[in-house]
Amino acid sequence: MTRPETLQASSKPNYSSPDILRQFYQRLFPFRPLFQWLNHGPTPQPDFQNREFAFVLPGGAYIRYQSFLSADLFKKQCVQMTPERFEIGPQYSINPRDRKQLRKASSFRPVMKELVFDIDMTDYDSIRTCCSKAAICNKCWHFIIMAIKVVDTALREDFGFQHILWVYSGRRGAHAWISDKRAREMDDAKRKALAGYLVLAMSGEQGKKISIKRPLHPHVDRSLKVLNPYFQDEVLAEQDPWQSAEQAERLIRLLPDKDLTAALQKKWDSMPGRSSNQKWADIDAVAEAGHLSTLSAKQLVDVKQDIRLEYTYPRLDAEVSKKLNHLLKSPFVIHPGTGRVCVPIDTRHLDSFDPLGVPTVTALLQEIDEWESKSGNMSDEEKAKVQDWQKTSLKPYVEYFRGYVAGLLKEESKGKRSREEVAIEGLNGMEF
Amino acid sequence: MLAVTSAPRIDAKKRAVLDRRRQEFVTTKWQAEAYPHRMNMYPIPPLDDITLEQFEEWAIARLKVLAELEACQFRNRTADETAEYMKPVLDKHLRLSPNSSQSSEVEVERKRDHYSHWTLRLAFSATADLRQRFSRLEAQLFKLRLRLDRADERKAFIESLPMSWEVVTEEEKKTWHSELVAATGLRRDEEESWFKTEWEHVPDLVERRQCLLKKGKAYVHVREQQTMVVNEFARQLELGLEQAARFLPRMDEDNRLSPILHHLSQSFVAPDAGYTEASSIGDITTPTAASIDGLSQHFPLCMQNLHRELRKNNHLKHFGRLQYTLFLKGIGLSLQECIIFWRKSFKLIADDKFKAEYLYNIRHAYGEVGGDANRRGRGYTPYSCQKLLTEPAPAAGQTHGCPYRTYAPDNLITLLQSFGVTDRALLQGVREDVGKQRYHIACNRVFEHAHKGPIKKVKDEALWPASELDTILHPNGYFKRSFMLKNLGREGGGEVKMEGSGE
Repeated sequence: MTRPETLQASSKPNYSSPDILRQFYQRLFPFRPLFQWLNHGPTPQPDFQNREFAFVLPGGAYIRYQSFLSADLFKKQCVQMTPERFEIGPQYSINPRDRKQLRKASSFRPVMKELVFDIDMTDYDSIRTCCSKAAICNKCWHFIIMAIKVVDTALREDFGFQHILWVYSGRRGAHAWISDKRAREMDDAKRKALAGYLVLAMSGEQGKKISIKRPLHPHVDRSLKVLNPYFQDEVLAEQDPWQSAEQAERLIRLLPDKDLTAALQKKWDSMPGRSSNQKWADIDAVAEAGHLSTLSAKQLVDVKQDIRLEYTYPRLDAEVSKKLNHLLKSPFVIHPGTGRVCVPIDTRHLDSFDPLGVPTVTALLQEIDEWESKSGNMSDEEKAKVQDWQKTSLKPYVEYFRGYVAGLLKEESKGKRSREEVAIEGLNGMEF
Repeated sequence: MLAVTSAPRIDAKKRAVLDRRRQEFVTTKWQAEAYPHRMNMYPIPPLDDITLEQFEEWAIARLKVLAELEACQFRNRTADETAEYMKPVLDKHLRLSPNSSQSSEVEVERKRDHYSHWTLRLAFSATADLRQRFSRLEAQLFKLRLRLDRADERKAFIESLPMSWEVVTEEEKKTWHSELVAATGLRRDEEESWFKTEWEHVPDLVERRQCLLKKGKAYVHVREQQTMVVNEFARQLELGLEQAARFLPRMDEDNRLSPILHHLSQSFVAPDAGYTEASSIGDITTPTAASIDGLSQHFPLCMQNLHRELRKNNHLKHFGRLQYTLFLKGIGLSLQECIIFWRKSFKLIADDKFKAEYLYNIRHAYGEVGGDANRRGRGYTPYSCQKLLTEPAPAAGQTHGCPYRTYAPDNLITLLQSFGVTDRALLQGVREDVGKQRYHIACNRVFEHAHKGPIKKVKDEALWPASELDTILHPNGYFKRSFMLKNLGREGGGEVKMEGSGE
């Protein structure tokens, strides 16, 4: 190996070194709540046992169709294999490890999985000005906040789902996991329908205009009301997407009226340096001055609504949601690029979530050491009671997750209380 | 042909004897199975006894309807065109009268509809391919009938279904009025009436955002109800077919049904059309050995091709001869004339050899010689399209069968061109049909193109009943229709002069 390369490698912490990962899985990863979350009950059942996990190993190998009988066995294999990250798939009709023993391949099929959504910042590259590609800052994180608000509201109010977990994807996006029984049991057709309901067709790079059916569907109408303040504050003021002359071209292309665009172009050419906020206001001012040929005043309102939607409405990666057997990265694993833990996002405090402040795995391991040195005066007995994750800044996230899972299990046990209670009693009886 | 009129003749010994407990079950179930509506979701299989003849005939009639429906689809007919085209076909083969009609046949018609559906369900459950095709066509038929139903009876039928929907109350309408209107795209002329159901029941409406969603309930406008009923019908049928497939091997059966079921499922390649005497032109004119050359312009491609091969080589191999002889018999050529025809055609063969090797086969085909059964049945019946499409393909040197199937597409196009079929769009259509194995559709396409003018005239002036213009499924049917269209207006006016008759 040449010298500069070794230098570079050591300057950037390697988040996926087996040592770090082993410690992380051994000491910090919340296997127990994750198991309960996927199992929908306290004792292992097919929901978890026939569930596919896919491991991405540090070498880049991708191993599919892993499954585990219990949370402990799952943890054991993670500690042993130290995957960079792992993904969660559906529950299958039989244990995925036994799939090759079947005489008929068709009887191996996915039967259940959480409904999932994936929002990725790259889909916003055409409208964000602050960063591009893999980069993210607090400005463009607002797009994710907007998307979470709109999707979360629609899922709760329109579809009646209650158990929605939003997870930071570690770098520049967010995932949603919906665990309601009704959502888990949806087939591909229903997932496709639901994704179609939430996705609005956006205009492409070529500037082909989107047109949305009027009157606005109540979901779109409500979303627009949620998004309006963000359009003013975040898009116009912060992103300033039409600042330069070339950028303003994009806005011009979205306005289907020759007189209007000509008048606007003239005004902006004579007064360079107008902000997006001013330009947005100019549209109405110029239109009121009588520069409208084909559009009526009402149509202009619609066009402006379309533009607002274009710049604020969530851009979902719909393919992820459409298929029952699509795998998605698990919560709480480490993003190999940033080292950040994919922590759940508490939607009650959505606006204060800081993606750049999410702890990295190396920082967390350090925090454990620091805790050890700080709490020297505690007795060993007391120390043993404190679990490693409680010593770190991962604590609030794990606690939120545990609370969320508890709510889900409570709901699950309602339906089959009698059976479940017997099972729990049996379990308690076995504990010493 | 209606078997309803023939008395049931079930041998007392063969009648299903049920034990007491099952007998009770059957009667109670059966009494519940009256037909209050014209439409039927076919949830319960038939439990009454019917004769084997009814079993087969009813199923064949339904098959004919489904085949016509499929043909409509293959020809890209619109929903309206299909409805118009199918009306006479339905009336002929599978009539269903509304409740309002005073016809005494209502119950029988509905029973026939019910039984034939279940017979075909059994026949087409064997392979995934057949199941898919059958359920698609049945769903189309269901949709079509629902469309043709009287509005009040349709409403009564839909309301009788055990579907999980409830009417949106006036109070809810008031609370959500503007949202309901916006979500369902209500037009001014439409009634303000909605129902609600679980959103999972209307996924396509959800996907297109054409219903209002509230906590998992979809508020849907009543106009969507028909689509929902059709979807539900298709869904239940698919489940039922899969169930039938699982039970088929275990069917308690004494070898009377399975040949019929097998034959029915074969008929899906091209529906089997029985040869009828009506396909001969014997009552209009008398074809002779000498007139065949002239008449051959009316032959379908399979027979034209045989005729040309015969003229070219002065010989045809056995199966070609058999196919052609039966066809000629079918158009009304008498045995004597037929023998003359073959004798003259086999120019290079000596009389002795002809007598020794060929004569017997011709006479056998006409039922003049052979076993008792053959003679009583007056020989074999002319081959249908289905027969030609399902028999083994010809080997080298043989020319029998259906050219649309046996020729490679490029060779087929060359063959058609040599018979003067040159229209490019038409040939393209033929190529597509053949690629999708719709051989009889290709043949019908060629026919319709060749007789465009007369067909239009017949349609416009309603000279023939519409059922006379349905899909051709028999070479003799092809000939007869072609001949009649060429001689429009001349039938009944004495002997039709035949081209080539004065050789």
